[in-house]
Amino acid sequence: MFTLKRPLAFAALALIAMTGLAEARDQIKIVGSSTVYPFATVVAEKFGKSTAFKTPVVESTGSGGGLKLFCAGVGDRHPDIANASRRIKKSEVERCAQNGITDIIEVKVGYDGIVLANSKKTNVLSLSLKDVYLALAKDVPAGAGKTTPNPYKTWKDVNASLPATKIEVLGPPPTSGTRDAFVELAMEGGCKTFGWIKALKKKDTKAYKALCHTIREDGAFIEAGENDNLIVKKLDANPKAFGIFGYSFLDQNAERVQGSIINGNSPTFENISDGKYPVSRPLFFYVKKDHIGKIPGIKEYMAEFTSDKAWGVEGYLADKGLIPMSESERAKWNGKVKTLANLNM
Amino acid sequence: MSEIAEKKLRMAAIRKKRHRAETRFRLFGMAAVSVGLIFLAVLFAVVLFSGLSAFKQTVIHLDIPVEASGDNYQAMVKLSLRNAFQDVTSRRHKRELYALVSSGAAYQLKDRVQAAPVLRGTMVSIWVTASADVDMAIKGETPRLTDRQLAWVDDLKTKERLKTQFNWRFFTGGDSREPELAGIAVATLGSLFSVFVCLALSFPLGVLTAVYLEEFAPRTRWTDFIEVNINNLAAVPSIVFGLLGLAVFLNAFGLPRSAPLVGGMVLALMTLPTIIITGRAALKAVPPSIREAALAVGASPLQAVFHHVLPLAMPGVLTGTIIGTARALGETAPLLMIGMVAFVVDLPETILSPATALPVQVFLWADSPERGFEERTIAAILILLLFTCLMNLTAVLLRKKYEIRW
Repeated sequence: MFTLKRPLAFAALALIAMTGLAEARDQIKIVGSSTVYPFATVVAEKFGKSTAFKTPVVESTGSGGGLKLFCAGVGDRHPDIANASRRIKKSEVERCAQNGITDIIEVKVGYDGIVLANSKKTNVLSLSLKDVYLALAKDVPAGAGKTTPNPYKTWKDVNASLPATKIEVLGPPPTSGTRDAFVELAMEGGCKTFGWIKALKKKDTKAYKALCHTIREDGAFIEAGENDNLIVKKLDANPKAFGIFGYSFLDQNAERVQGSIINGNSPTFENISDGKYPVSRPLFFYVKKDHIGKIPGIKEYMAEFTSDKAWGVEGYLADKGLIPMSESERAKWNGKVKTLANLNM
Repeated sequence: MSEIAEKKLRMAAIRKKRHRAETRFRLFGMAAVSVGLIFLAVLFAVVLFSGLSAFKQTVIHLDIPVEASGDNYQAMVKLSLRNAFQDVTSRRHKRELYALVSSGAAYQLKDRVQAAPVLRGTMVSIWVTASADVDMAIKGETPRLTDRQLAWVDDLKTKERLKTQFNWRFFTGGDSREPELAGIAVATLGSLFSVFVCLALSFPLGVLTAVYLEEFAPRTRWTDFIEVNINNLAAVPSIVFGLLGLAVFLNAFGLPRSAPLVGGMVLALMTLPTIIITGRAALKAVPPSIREAALAVGASPLQAVFHHVLPLAMPGVLTGTIIGTARALGETAPLLMIGMVAFVVDLPETILSPATALPVQVFLWADSPERGFEERTIAAILILLLFTCLMNLTAVLLRKKYEIRW
């Protein structure tokens, strides 16, 4: 016969367990960018294995979501570190300050390149930022001061030297940091090459942004979700299509896809780290200074991340696709970590 | 006469037409079922075919000279590789050579030496995990290895220093960024903890609610309102429960992020309506004669329900509970909001330690750039399918065994 005694006992047990909440946290909590996530997790794992500290828990929430959690307050309940694929915004610093977080340590970890890639079954494309902009913008300029809905159907329409294949680009949705960076670096970069648009920036920033940052919605650009692996697979199946994703995926799938040359530079390790490849962005993490000493291991985690065997040219992060900074830049940021220097906007 | 014959003929034609319509309908039905079955079979075949390889792991046999003192196990592993291939001298080639074994090899050696300190200063012969790239090459994927590395792998194979074995680590290890070291233990434990909390909360609450609403509550506008709302809750998208969990459990109650306790509580909210609805249906199916007989011999209404009606309805209630829980086991969306979509390496000790869940692990691995995670994702899906199948099977068996037909 069934009785209710046992389930009730379980429920009671659960309630007893909840009373043990007051216990202090002894494990670092990291939130933030999905682009920094693959690198932060590698460091966290090495850190957990090689020290007596517990392995930090890393959550992939996106840069904005992560900084929001990070700035929510000081104490056990709030994360210690936030990863970001862009620099922290002034509004976010203010939000932090409102919640009592005045001391933040900023650490730049390296660069990430965004590639426009296609299947290896076809030829490498050589594009300029202007070509990218014209192929993907919703409205394109038609003479000074005038715009028209994007009329281009094939790459040849954009630039006569390109092949006559249909424009078909798979990319991340607007919620993605990769999309933000692509729009800011590639689209805006190409957009600015038109003199009158550049002049527009000062007069009417809103119109400038609408013109430069809006991607076409007529089917030539296909939102493929946040999963970059899926994009790589689709490119493999459809050699005519192009995909937008981070350099680490190009690196891991080098036998399936190839990155297009942009402004004369192909997306190689060297070109991105030299800053020659135009579509690359810096990656950061932010540490709550008040938590140092309260949550064990934060200083050591920072030291592990900024050691040469991690973020150096031959470090294990480079193996995972992170583009290291130059030696002098690394030394500069390493110094900031050692002295726990405060963020300086 | 001719009129009657004509009528008969017409009737026969109509009958024939109706029969044809029925045969057609049956054929369509059979076609629909077989298309469904074919899709299911293809799905299972694909999953099994591409996932089973993850249960095998390539290992490399190394003779490692362990230093008498000192703890740089990474260096010892590297030295043993250099000893095995002494013609490798340039820096770049050495890096390629070191890439044959997993970065976990040093920790394997460390564990072995720390368990048996007598090994210090001797030559330790040990099977270490090969790197994911070597593993993928052995399993027939397009290798990411250079020709030089492939030659080394062939050499190791001919010397019988390379083999594949059952991948225990996949079941005992936590998450890792190296595919060859990644396991589902954290996710499995997290799922079990969450489901346990979910059951502990939703089962008693759900059953008692069902009993009260079905047996005791007066039928007023209020109970009607509650009933409609419970039915509505069953249809609410699961992400909404995640948002509720974030707002109430994390922000208002201050419970920790990423904890299976909170995951279980959110899943309990999601399972409650299912349990209440199936519970009420099961109670309704118990014939009123049982109740009346109990009352007739002097039992109080409470006794009638708890001694007679509820035990008879229990198989139905349990079936609903198990099916509801099986659905909760496969949920990712509500867990996303409460921080269970995270990189967790250490095994959770209590329901408050950070953990992930099986569907979350599938999601995380599917998103990883490393190729080795492809097969691991599918293997994790297999384990998840196995768990849900087991739970559904339990539900079927319970029903078979205890169900009473009136």
